[in-house]
Amino acid sequence: MSNSLDSYLILSGLLFAIGVFGFLARRNAISMLMSIELMINAVNLSILAFGAFVPQLRTNAAVIALLIIAVAAAEATVGLAIVIAIFRNKKTPLVDEYDSMRE
Amino acid sequence: MPIGDSIPFTGIRWDDMLFVALAATLLVSALLVVTLRDIIRCGLALIVSFAALAGIYALLGDPLVAAAQVLVYIGAISVLILFAIMMTQTKNAPTRLVFQTQTWFAGVAALVIAGVITVTVLATTWPATGSRVVTVTTDVAHRLFSDFVLPFEVVSVLLTAAVVGAVYLARRESARHEEDRS
Repeated sequence: MSNSLDSYLILSGLLFAIGVFGFLARRNAISMLMSIELMINAVNLSILAFGAFVPQLRTNAAVIALLIIAVAAAEATVGLAIVIAIFRNKKTPLVDEYDSMRE
Repeated sequence: MPIGDSIPFTGIRWDDMLFVALAATLLVSALLVVTLRDIIRCGLALIVSFAALAGIYALLGDPLVAAAQVLVYIGAISVLILFAIMMTQTKNAPTRLVFQTQTWFAGVAALVIAGVITVTVLATTWPATGSRVVTVTTDVAHRLFSDFVLPFEVVSVLLTAAVVGAVYLARRESARHEEDRS
């Protein structure tokens, strides 16, 4: 089981689906950011799975995964800063109460 | 003392057992992240899922990426998320509704995505799949600083820009106003 590409790809697909559910269903902005982190991790897992099983991709996959981790860190920094900035103005972390652009 | 390739008396390989244990931990903690009511517990479950994923990376033969996962995700991003949770936690937050009104549609969409990905993976015969081999860290370093040196530099610029932008965004309003006045 641990030696077939399929099991890792299915695991990554399930993790991505959980992240999609959390992103669509949660009301809290930080929960949505956590779901985005889960989805990024799922994509990273599939890249590394391909890298471990396809010989031509072996070192490329590790390098790309490291770059993705760095970009995800930048994304988390900016995303949380935006959430904190909005929280200062609106006094709520719930995204369905951010409706000032609708009026 | 060296242990064998498989668990004694059962014949299950250690790798398989580790994979099942880590995958179960990963999926259960990820489900807890998206379903728990108290958001600080969601953050703690997120740390568990990152740790399980680091274990899976090590199982895949990528020790460097597993170490980076522990350092960056568990060490930095989780702490950042926990701090943001503590700064935006209102008193009545856990007692109020956790999910949007579109939760059923979200669940259906997630199940459809999971099903489509699973069927696609099982139906495709992937080309040129060898067996799992450990990635040598020296090769990764050579590749990172020869073929991928431009993306590496771009990422360093991106990180600098992200940190400066985050400090500007999260700064107190009063400090920004005073600077505008002067």
